[in-house]
Amino acid sequence: MKQLLAFIKKEFYHVFRDRRTLLILFGMPIVQIILFGFALSSEVKNIGIAVLDNARDVHTQQIIGKISSGYYFRVKQPALNFQELEQRFRAGEIECAVVFPEKFASDLYKPGGAHIQVIADASDPNTATTVINYLNSIIGNYEQELNPLRKLSYRIVPEIRMLYNEEQNGSLNFIPGVIALIFMIVSTALTSVAVVREKELGTMEILLVSPFRPIMVLIAKAVPYLVLSLVDFIIILLLAVFLLNVEIRGSLVLIFAESILFIITCLSMGLLISNLTGSQQTAMMISMMGMMLPTLILTGFMFPLENMPKVFQILSYIVPSKYYYSIIKSVMLKGLGFSYVWKETLILVIMATGLLTLALRKFNVRL
Amino acid sequence: MNSVEVINIVKTYGEVKAVKNVSFEVAKGELFGLIGPDGAGKTSLFRVLTTLLLADSGTATVEGFDVVKDYREIRNRVGYMPGRFSLYQDLTVEENLSFFATVFGTTIRENYDLIKDIYEQIAPFNSRRAGKLSGGMKQKLALCCALIHKPDVLFLDEPTTGVDVVSRREFWEMLNKLKKQGITIVVSTPYMDEASLCDRIALIQDGTVMSINSPDRIVKNFPKTLFAAKANNIYKLLQDLRRNSEMESCYAFGEYIHFTVKADDADIVRISQIAERENHDGLEVKQVIPGIEDCFIRLTLDSGQKIMDRKK
Repeated sequence: MKQLLAFIKKEFYHVFRDRRTLLILFGMPIVQIILFGFALSSEVKNIGIAVLDNARDVHTQQIIGKISSGYYFRVKQPALNFQELEQRFRAGEIECAVVFPEKFASDLYKPGGAHIQVIADASDPNTATTVINYLNSIIGNYEQELNPLRKLSYRIVPEIRMLYNEEQNGSLNFIPGVIALIFMIVSTALTSVAVVREKELGTMEILLVSPFRPIMVLIAKAVPYLVLSLVDFIIILLLAVFLLNVEIRGSLVLIFAESILFIITCLSMGLLISNLTGSQQTAMMISMMGMMLPTLILTGFMFPLENMPKVFQILSYIVPSKYYYSIIKSVMLKGLGFSYVWKETLILVIMATGLLTLALRKFNVRL
Repeated sequence: MNSVEVINIVKTYGEVKAVKNVSFEVAKGELFGLIGPDGAGKTSLFRVLTTLLLADSGTATVEGFDVVKDYREIRNRVGYMPGRFSLYQDLTVEENLSFFATVFGTTIRENYDLIKDIYEQIAPFNSRRAGKLSGGMKQKLALCCALIHKPDVLFLDEPTTGVDVVSRREFWEMLNKLKKQGITIVVSTPYMDEASLCDRIALIQDGTVMSINSPDRIVKNFPKTLFAAKANNIYKLLQDLRRNSEMESCYAFGEYIHFTVKADDADIVRISQIAERENHDGLEVKQVIPGIEDCFIRLTLDSGQKIMDRKK
């Protein structure tokens, strides 16, 4: 026991004396949270828009006023003709344009109705669709305001409600993903590198030729990184709650318990990798390619799994982060209890035990 | 009972035969040297003996324990210092030492008398990181760490490689002190001049032990009279001597050329005549006492000759 403690202490010395490790440990989660929270938002804001207003009447002024009042659009200088619009599209100054015909006001009261031309830059189709939707809803609203009394018997107005995330806070979705990613980096990549470093430096030779049980080397390596992963987890939760205004709905105890389970899964994977490789580079490459990429792509946190080819969907079932991601989403964001996530938990338990047994059995007591 | 026994050990890495049928034994309390150049198979032998590698065939015991079956017993009893500096570079001298002491289940204080002489020399750098120590200091620290649990047998793999002359001498003095405490020491080195400091040595080349004996005996067994010659143009002298049909062996050795002749009744006058034939400036010929290195070169040439003969 005393030996194990000395070993763990030594491991912490390594971590705190290596600036690179420290940076990965504590810089990475903060940077990722800030990046995903503010920079990589899927919401479309500050769209450059120009208006070619041939009518210049009350209605067009009011519609323009509505467009400019939200934070979605930034209304640029009005255009004078179509050629100018096209130039500004090409220059990238504007992403969409609205054109009012000459007799807009009078057309409004004619049976055919008034027309507005909406032009969007579809080189980025997703943004273009979003922009068109925004404009449609603004114009639709205005139309309703104009005729509050006109009732159409068969008009269907869908009222959309976004569940669990009504204010459409984009941060919610990626937080569980970032947590899974950080665990992958700290518990899998850093742990495997830490064990392999002993091999590379030759200290493993001395440790093996000692009364110290080789298996204890693995345990002593795993414990510090378990602690550090939890510290990272707390940092991410604090940032999420206080910086990104994410509300944690489920039980904190359950979230922590599930996270520890996932960390153990990652650690076992890291130890397994370290047993199979001989150099820090190889260990890093395997953990990056084999663990982090699937976490990014196959958990559904960046790209929806449903849209992927069948092969990838099947492949995603062996990625542990997929289960953790769905557990944390259910518990943290939807406030669900254990009874809703026991299946995923069971799968993680099986994965963790399997990987850990494999890692321990693959451990070489010789060189 | 011998402290270390090696019987017909063979170790191959794929196609490469690193150790070919090596046998030797080391008595208790003996300072035994494995002398040979890089790539001779010394490190592989050490790793087999410290239970880190499994030999392809043959058996070996350390303190009566089999290196395969009782590897755990051996690991409790030996101290091992690998060839490369293998301590934690980012830990200080004291942290390294106390870490290894704890891992080996002891404390620095408990066995302080054993490492006292060595430790006093590095104690002034107690709070310096191991990576920032000089080569000699590193080796002394590594020796301390290998000794801290009072091992019965000490395996030192090239402890003096890359260490300055003064530190090397100090290091060997320490080994002699440790020997007096009854610790069996197996040490390897590529430096022939260190061979004479061992009780017994094994000359090893290409995975084969060429000779095992005390350094004195090995030198005494040198079968020929050895001569040394030098001239202003040493390269031309070497060429000329090599061309001479009376020469048996001839090789550059420091600033001299060492050579032996085929005739058994060689005397210095005749030899000088051979050398003078080519009119060299500043020619000097003398008879010298062979050293371990001369023996080593001779044995290497012999085995090379045997291989050549076999190929024919």
